[in-house]
Amino acid sequence: MSAVIQTPDDREAALAGIGASRLRKEDARFIQGKGNYVDDIKMPGMLHMDIVRSPIAHGRIKRINKEAALAIPGVRAVLTAEDLKPLKLHWMPTLAGDVAAVLADEKVHFQMQEVAVVIADDRYIAADGVEAVEVEYEELPVVIDPYTALAADAPVLREDLAGKTAGAHGPRDHHNHIFTWEAGDRAAADAAFAAAPIKVEQHMHYPRVHPCPLETCGCVASFDPIRGDLTTYITSQAPHVVRTVVSMLSGIPESKVRIVSPDIGGGFGNKVGIYPGYVCAIVSSIVLGRPVKWVEDRIENISSTAFARDYHMDGELAATEDGKILGLRVNVLADHGAFDACADPTKFPAGLFHICSGSYDIGAAHCSVKGVYTNKAPGGVAYRCSFRVTEAVYLIERMVDVLAQRLNIDKAEIRRRNFIRKEQFPYTSPFGFEYDSGDYHTALQKALDAVDYPALRAEQAAKRADPNSPTLMGIGLVSFTEIVGAGPSKMCDILGVGMFDSCEIRIHPTGSAIARMGTITQGQGHQTTYAQIIATELGIPSEVIQVEEGDTSTAPYGLGTYGSRSTPVAGAAIAMAARKIHAKARKIAAHMLEVSEADLDWEIDRFKVRGDDSRFKTMADVAWQSYHQPPAGLEPGLEAVHYYDPPNFTYPFGMYLCVVDIDRATGETKVRRFYALDDCGTRINPMIIEGQIHGGLTEGFAVAMGQQMPFDAQGNLMGNTLMDYFLPTAVETPKWETDYTVTPSPHHPLGAKGVAESPHVGSIPTFTSAVVDAFAHVGVTHLDMPHTSFRVWQALRDHGLAL
Amino acid sequence: MAKKLISVTVNGKSEERAVEPRTLLVHFLREDLHLTGAHIGCETSHCGACTVDIDGKSVKSCTHLAVQCDGSQVLTVEGLADKGVLHAVQEGFYKEHGLQCGFCTPGMLVRAYRFLQENRNPSEDEIRVGMSGNLCRCTGYQNIVKAVQYAANKLNAATAA
Repeated sequence: MSAVIQTPDDREAALAGIGASRLRKEDARFIQGKGNYVDDIKMPGMLHMDIVRSPIAHGRIKRINKEAALAIPGVRAVLTAEDLKPLKLHWMPTLAGDVAAVLADEKVHFQMQEVAVVIADDRYIAADGVEAVEVEYEELPVVIDPYTALAADAPVLREDLAGKTAGAHGPRDHHNHIFTWEAGDRAAADAAFAAAPIKVEQHMHYPRVHPCPLETCGCVASFDPIRGDLTTYITSQAPHVVRTVVSMLSGIPESKVRIVSPDIGGGFGNKVGIYPGYVCAIVSSIVLGRPVKWVEDRIENISSTAFARDYHMDGELAATEDGKILGLRVNVLADHGAFDACADPTKFPAGLFHICSGSYDIGAAHCSVKGVYTNKAPGGVAYRCSFRVTEAVYLIERMVDVLAQRLNIDKAEIRRRNFIRKEQFPYTSPFGFEYDSGDYHTALQKALDAVDYPALRAEQAAKRADPNSPTLMGIGLVSFTEIVGAGPSKMCDILGVGMFDSCEIRIHPTGSAIARMGTITQGQGHQTTYAQIIATELGIPSEVIQVEEGDTSTAPYGLGTYGSRSTPVAGAAIAMAARKIHAKARKIAAHMLEVSEADLDWEIDRFKVRGDDSRFKTMADVAWQSYHQPPAGLEPGLEAVHYYDPPNFTYPFGMYLCVVDIDRATGETKVRRFYALDDCGTRINPMIIEGQIHGGLTEGFAVAMGQQMPFDAQGNLMGNTLMDYFLPTAVETPKWETDYTVTPSPHHPLGAKGVAESPHVGSIPTFTSAVVDAFAHVGVTHLDMPHTSFRVWQALRDHGLAL
Repeated sequence: MAKKLISVTVNGKSEERAVEPRTLLVHFLREDLHLTGAHIGCETSHCGACTVDIDGKSVKSCTHLAVQCDGSQVLTVEGLADKGVLHAVQEGFYKEHGLQCGFCTPGMLVRAYRFLQENRNPSEDEIRVGMSGNLCRCTGYQNIVKAVQYAANKLNAATAA
């Protein structure tokens, strides 16, 4: 007991709990070069694997000659699909109910597809071996455009599916068709359109992009032939799911499979999937009885691991003359590449795209998404978003702008007229989602006031009136609602496992604690923020709370970190586990103070006897007692586990505003100002929230202004290095202004909603809204991303605005 | 492949090693010297995760051969702290939340260390240009700029004192 009497405020501050901008616990190792990423891991006797990849996008493998590679000193093995066949591992199931080739089985379906692996003493020899493997191909016609993929005479891409008239998500009506998925009420939407005086429609393409974390994917697989157990260090956002899949594929009992996600150099959805490289490294380790490391290079990462987006969307709105939206219809053609390997909850082949009614009270809505095969890499992950929410938000926000332009109503005003009102929450959307809470009108007004919106519009009008203005000015506005925190197990599962998450907390005798989680941080700062939740719940300083994640042998089962689910799901699990401990602690404190539990009040870090501040026991006192001499009838120890199955998703929202100045001579688009107001409910660590928002906005800027994966007619990806694929530097990146409102989630134990993906989801349509707005006075309603200088200049030229 | 003997001073310690002529510096540091702070992000010298300091210049060690460093002084992130005391750039990144996943951080720190010797009183724009050889996917750079400003102020205060 400290001799100095602390005020409650001092005690509160000492906890560094919820609401504190606590500096990060993770940083000490990273700033001293002591992080432990997959490629930092070395094991005795470790070999290196490298991959032979297809140079063509579609073809038959006529012959593979390994001899020259095997003759290189230090090359230990070369494996092809023929070698995996006896193990039935040449194909693997995907998360989307399809199968994907582990190593190309007679045919290659996309450029850079995995054809063979070389295992050697070091990575240089493995690379030499890859060069020496001879593969002879017979080229086949290539299908790149998803519309032509559905032509009657289009080449058959997936010969392995011949005769299969149904896939995992219903009937297939064409050899390159994967599924058609619908949501909402088509008849009601059609009726709304039939009766509406105003109808607008817009086609838009959300380009294929890649999450491109700075660390590529890789693993170190180590099978111990004596013990029969397998340990794999892996760049995974979902290590427990990997363990389950590896066990199912290999036949090794899950109890003998240990998957460890060590430090991860960014994920952004790219590290959710299970890639052929992982499977081959594991098989190689089992075959050779030695640890095998595989780390892909950047070209391999961009070319072959999971892409995002690639949605060709047609949106339609029906409305009244004064801009009240009556109906929404959406048709999407989704390019899924060669194998359907989208990472979505099982029941949702288009993810949560049906959040596309957005922040608006729309009476009737319907959407239809058709997935097709093309000769491109598989994937379809959520790039810093929750399962296609980015595409959905882009669609509805673009459509609302299109309607505003048609009716000549300001884009802020039309949103005001259509927002779901505060008193309508919980609000059931026309697609059946129950939005938990929101206050859109207040947030929009705060945003408009913050930037002095009328002044910006006046400035824009003046610029438009001046034919000699060297720049066009555009104002973008977006009012997005996300759906995150997947999810309730009655709706969401991955391979049959419900999308709950978990936490185990142990309080040690001397009052420090360890918490283990089913999630895994990739930069989000879980070790810092999770401890803050426990600090507030249990009155233990966050400084003495250790948070561990990523090791399936120690952590309770969880579905991992993606889709902004860590705080909404795992954060809730922490609070609930802590509350179990709190309930037991109360019993112990009552016993120690010789009063009944009902006579105790909890205050910050202690149980107090009501009406007597001098009689109290801190959580540390209780912890000691629980190990020393617990009351009769109570087990010793102070720990709890909680598996949290969320009752609903959470629905963070935000109001983003962007001002761009476009150089009429060059098309160069400068972001003069970007204001982001986010409402993620309860804010656990404002410093980390702000950092996440900066990062998400920057990734959104990259997508909107420069990222794309262009293919030529032969299926060559023309831009798979950082020379071509746009990752903004500090110079291009705008300065961000952040703001917030707080509308807690009523169903989350802490009121928290999740935040890290909002800025990505929300900012992308804001940039497009701003760029299009610069052209609105000449009747332009939409311009597809990316808004590169060349493409913007083309628009200037086409509309007679170029100088 | 025939090896070549090189001697190089890394973080103040002299090392004499036989390396293959094709060995990249980043692999020499990471595999032979077990200094895994420098990371490989792109292999094309765009991302800067592999940045180290060679004879007073920032160098992308993923496109630099180990044999090119024969006789050189190399500094990596592991050599920034002095007897357990963090360098001002390390402190700045911590205090200003200049990192998230940490993968770019070693390269950022080593570049910031050199940049602040090239320009002791940089403006924000100068920091953005001076650090533009290093990519970060997490932070949006805003706090990295603040971290470098923090370090500049601290270094200048120490010089003035």
